[in-house]
Amino acid sequence: MTTRTQPRRPAAPGPATGPPDALVLPPDTIAPGRANGRAPLRREGPAKLTGEAKYADDIVVPGAWYGATIRSTEPRARLRGLDLDDDFDWSRVVLVTAADIPGDNIVSLISDDQPVLVPVGGEIRHHAEPLALVAAPDRATLRAAKRAIAPRTEKLEPVFDPEASDHVFAQYAIDAGDPDAAFAEADLVVEGTYRVGHQEQLYIENQAMIAVPTDDGGVTVTGSLQCPYYVHKAMTRALRLTDRQARVVQAETGGGFGGKEEYPSIVALHAALLARRCGRPVRMVYDRHEDIVATTKRHPAIVRHRTGVRRDGTLVAQDIDVVMDGGAYCTLTPVVLSRGALHAGGPYRCPNVRIRARAARTNTPPNGAFRGFGAPQVEFAAETHLNRIAAELGLSPLDIRRRNVFRVGDVTPTGQVLRESVAGEEVLERAVEAAEFERERERTARGRAGHNGAGLVTGGPRAAGPAGAAAGIGLALGWHGAGGEPDPLATGPIRRATGIGLALGWHGAGFTGSGEVRLASVASLELAADGAIRVLTASTEMGQGTKTVFPQLVAAELGVPYEAVEIAAQDTAFVPDSGPTVASRTTMVVGGLLIKAARRLRAGVEARNPGRTFAEAYRADAAANGATRIDEQFEPYPGEPFDDTTYRGDAYPAFGWAACVARVAVDLDTGEVSVTDVVAADDVGRVVHPVLAEGQVEGGTLQAVGYATIEEMKVADGRYVNDRLATYLIPTALDAPRITSILVEAPFSGSPHGAKGLGELPMDVGAPAVVAAIHDATGAWITDLPATPERILVALGATAGPATAPPAEPAA
Amino acid sequence: MTAFRFLVNGEPVEVDVPGMRRLLDVLREDLGLTGTKEGCGEGECGACTVILDGQVVDACLVPICQVDGGFVRTVEGLAHGPGEARRLDELQAAFLETGGAQCGICTPGMLMAARAYLDAGGGPDEGAIREAIAGNLCRCTGYTKIVEAIELAAGGGR
Amino acid sequence: MPVEPPIELPRTLAEAYALLAAEPLTPIAGGTDLMVQITGELGPPPDRMLDLSRLDELRGVALDGGTLVLGARTTFAEIRRSALIREHLPALVEAAATIGAAQIQNRATIGGNAVNASPAGDSLPILLAADAALVAGGAGGERDIAATEFWTAYRTTALAPGELLLRIRIPVVTGREVRFRKVGTRRAQAISKVVMALAWHDGGPAARWTNVRLALGSVADRPIRATATEAVLENAAPVAETADRAAATLAAEIHPIDDVRSTADYRRVVAARVLHRLIRDAGGW
Repeated sequence: MTTRTQPRRPAAPGPATGPPDALVLPPDTIAPGRANGRAPLRREGPAKLTGEAKYADDIVVPGAWYGATIRSTEPRARLRGLDLDDDFDWSRVVLVTAADIPGDNIVSLISDDQPVLVPVGGEIRHHAEPLALVAAPDRATLRAAKRAIAPRTEKLEPVFDPEASDHVFAQYAIDAGDPDAAFAEADLVVEGTYRVGHQEQLYIENQAMIAVPTDDGGVTVTGSLQCPYYVHKAMTRALRLTDRQARVVQAETGGGFGGKEEYPSIVALHAALLARRCGRPVRMVYDRHEDIVATTKRHPAIVRHRTGVRRDGTLVAQDIDVVMDGGAYCTLTPVVLSRGALHAGGPYRCPNVRIRARAARTNTPPNGAFRGFGAPQVEFAAETHLNRIAAELGLSPLDIRRRNVFRVGDVTPTGQVLRESVAGEEVLERAVEAAEFERERERTARGRAGHNGAGLVTGGPRAAGPAGAAAGIGLALGWHGAGGEPDPLATGPIRRATGIGLALGWHGAGFTGSGEVRLASVASLELAADGAIRVLTASTEMGQGTKTVFPQLVAAELGVPYEAVEIAAQDTAFVPDSGPTVASRTTMVVGGLLIKAARRLRAGVEARNPGRTFAEAYRADAAANGATRIDEQFEPYPGEPFDDTTYRGDAYPAFGWAACVARVAVDLDTGEVSVTDVVAADDVGRVVHPVLAEGQVEGGTLQAVGYATIEEMKVADGRYVNDRLATYLIPTALDAPRITSILVEAPFSGSPHGAKGLGELPMDVGAPAVVAAIHDATGAWITDLPATPERILVALGATAGPATAPPAEPAA
Repeated sequence: MTAFRFLVNGEPVEVDVPGMRRLLDVLREDLGLTGTKEGCGEGECGACTVILDGQVVDACLVPICQVDGGFVRTVEGLAHGPGEARRLDELQAAFLETGGAQCGICTPGMLMAARAYLDAGGGPDEGAIREAIAGNLCRCTGYTKIVEAIELAAGGGR
Repeated sequence: MPVEPPIELPRTLAEAYALLAAEPLTPIAGGTDLMVQITGELGPPPDRMLDLSRLDELRGVALDGGTLVLGARTTFAEIRRSALIREHLPALVEAAATIGAAQIQNRATIGGNAVNASPAGDSLPILLAADAALVAGGAGGERDIAATEFWTAYRTTALAPGELLLRIRIPVVTGREVRFRKVGTRRAQAISKVVMALAWHDGGPAARWTNVRLALGSVADRPIRATATEAVLENAAPVAETADRAAATLAAEIHPIDDVRSTADYRRVVAARVLHRLIRDAGGW
């Protein structure tokens, strides 16, 4: 069930901007591009519904060979050689090793530390690391060839603990005020440690690329990807190709979520190397097992909080330590860590802050981008910690947030003044109202009081601890046996406990700091001589509706029907580099460029045709004057610059705000958690397409619910143990809660349409809301994700094993 | 190799392939019907769901020798009419209207599971719908708008 | 990409027996377990196979005197729809509903579940608790194998080379109660962490239980009967003291392991608690 909002005027008056925003419309207005107040049906929808949309593996390429990757079976070793079985006829296949790489043996990204293939004599740094490539005309031969190659290695001692690692990819320090002095003055100091594990993006379409060698000595790759120009750059570097020789075409992509931000470069390079070697097209399509085993995951993290508060819940000091596990190579780790550090305190006003963040190397597969990109990890910790503080103080989780949430004019720990577009309070109030949070919380408290005689904890602050602890928490699952003693094997009269939990979050829109300036993205609009209006960007569609939203924005700006605006395919031969399709920047940044381009196009046509609108004049104008192309390049948003060394300044042009209320039912016999309902309120600045926007909130929320509950990735000896869909679990339709999405608009005046980021925001708050609800139901704080039934039973003392939730100690 | 004969979306087909070839591969590679997708190859994700003799199955788990004489329905058979005049059926139209497809990779399998549910008389009952699609994983939508679409197609209001 | 082992397509049971007598063949019914195994990634794929889909002798659900007879090829969807099974063994219908999802239930068979012999097979504890007999057939004739004798080791059955599982016979006894509970990893498409079937003869309100059977999956290398716990429940009334003792006995009797899905500790404690709850619910306290 979803609740739609109508576009609202911003609560606080913002600074004066340029011409009136075409999309700031009263609800009943009929406007082009938003016929009758309803956004258009998805342009790219029908093909996906009929099975006609072609994903990479659907594309038939006559004469293509099949490619495969030979991978390390050890987490760390020296590669001494690749032994080829003499019984296999190697003339039937093509083999590629590091020695065959024409350019740099580097997967170009941030640090040049990751090889395309480990060279003989080089160091293998993770399980499943690519060592060699093989292509064959059919799959049976390919399978046989794979079995006939044996890497020869010398074991090296692996490092799996990021806290024990001696190699740091990045570290950051954020300081504000004087935390030490503030701690001394605080009424209460609370400490807590929170751990989050890997999370697999689990796009339902596996990684896939088809590489075709071209007559000019180049290679065209077509495949499943988010960032055509990342792949392009990787190809020119490693294959020593010119910009024209390397060509990247996005096929219909079955989900990305960040998992196809940088990893496709590797698949593309591998396919391209094989294609050039055998002089024919090569298909490289992963199966699910290989995809899970070899590709990037969300960075695990350990986040330690030490927080000073007043009795009334006001935050006076935060000291936060973040350690992330980057895996074996740098990939995007510095940027993930950066976002993590900047969001670590949560969306709260606190004048005295110390944040230290570092990301270290381990001998596990490299981690990478996944929706939220460092924020879900730290915001799980921040929100859970704040909820525990509230419980310690006897305050409601709502009141402590009302007291501390940022308001307009507040200053973040980097010294950024939140001048406008601040909606933390609004999303909080909308979510708790829709969820009837306070009423539900009273109800669950009464339910607990009713269980009193049967041993479930009642009232008061609830702390975790082993069975039999004074607070009685251990009795929550260890019902009194007939003999009166707590008995962990016995059940109680109540089988199911319900709980409700709350979390609040923020997410900086666009790239951090000077990232957008460095990207210098370009988006283009073309008015062809035949009157076709075409959008040209590298921004990819992977489910979020890019190919609907961009024509919508442009059509509204030009005053033409939505159907009149086409969108070109994401092919580096034709579209400019609009930056990667990541960081929730597509509607905000690239959409913003398109609006500006459309304004310029419109202005030009209307200037040449006075007295007539663009809609009336453009076809004749194009016929008379020939094609026009407008290239719009990114210009910095208003605000203070960000210093990457001191971490002072405006970290983001604006922040999005999100609140989440989750309800759970916990089976007290087994610890199984059912997340029954979630209310998610998200401020995205401006809702361009309500159905698509809700879709992002709903999808992101369920991914966060999975992160909190069943998505566990065990690692043994540096290898992923949950390496198939039978063992790495995401929620089914029966596991999924009812999700109510509330879209809030606090427009950002710096973007032409007021839009901020959307896609990642819902991911930041779902998990802590679920964990808070579990606490409300059972009294147990789960501080390590996922909150599996096993962890819940341990936390409640029903089973042995370290209690995962040491008491939130008052340390002052 | 043996010849196996069966109907696909009402059309008779004959394939001469090993009996243990997966129905999924026969559809996608031998018959060029790429609408049915492979997400996991182990019967967990449901992206390969087709309707075989009136029942939903994972095509990655069905050997073609067991399809002999059978009737297979795939996503390609849902829309009505030939060529240019093709129209989405009411279930597909409902998905389009509610936003039940985002990246679209789970959509063909999801549509077939929903189709089978509706054909068996399933109504706009949220719990029954969720059970009917419990074997179809979606990572994009959170299932909310998929359930809405099926409710809509089942005659439920919005 | 999976391998495609050669497969024989017998049209009659006699033909199947003849093929099996000539060489070792891996029979395939619904394929929901085997088709995953033919990728070869989980172990060596089968060399040669035998298709059972044309053997109507393996189908059908019937009541034969006081015995429910299920053909080995009965799918879990058919079990759910079967009026006979809903009436005489509703716990099996309940178990069938927990297996996979619709796509799996339409293909997976109870015979396949039994012969695949996974320790986590969801229907298997019910067969043990219900004193089922599994009927094997081969060129030499048919024989009954008691469920307690059928699973002999990890993923190993008592079927002799050349034998097929034909049908499963379950006695229908008036007054017999059977309860089922599965603790999975999620609400569908979930392999069990603990799966349990409890059966007893109900003599009426406040009467003691007799002929108690307690069977579990996912706590050993094969589905088992918890005989020490059965002894505690035998001739006991379903009151709190009984439940406490039974739970404690079960926790001491089983020796589950840590694996990708769960921990030994969790399985042990949850098995005990699930039993405790079943007794509590039956006793109504």
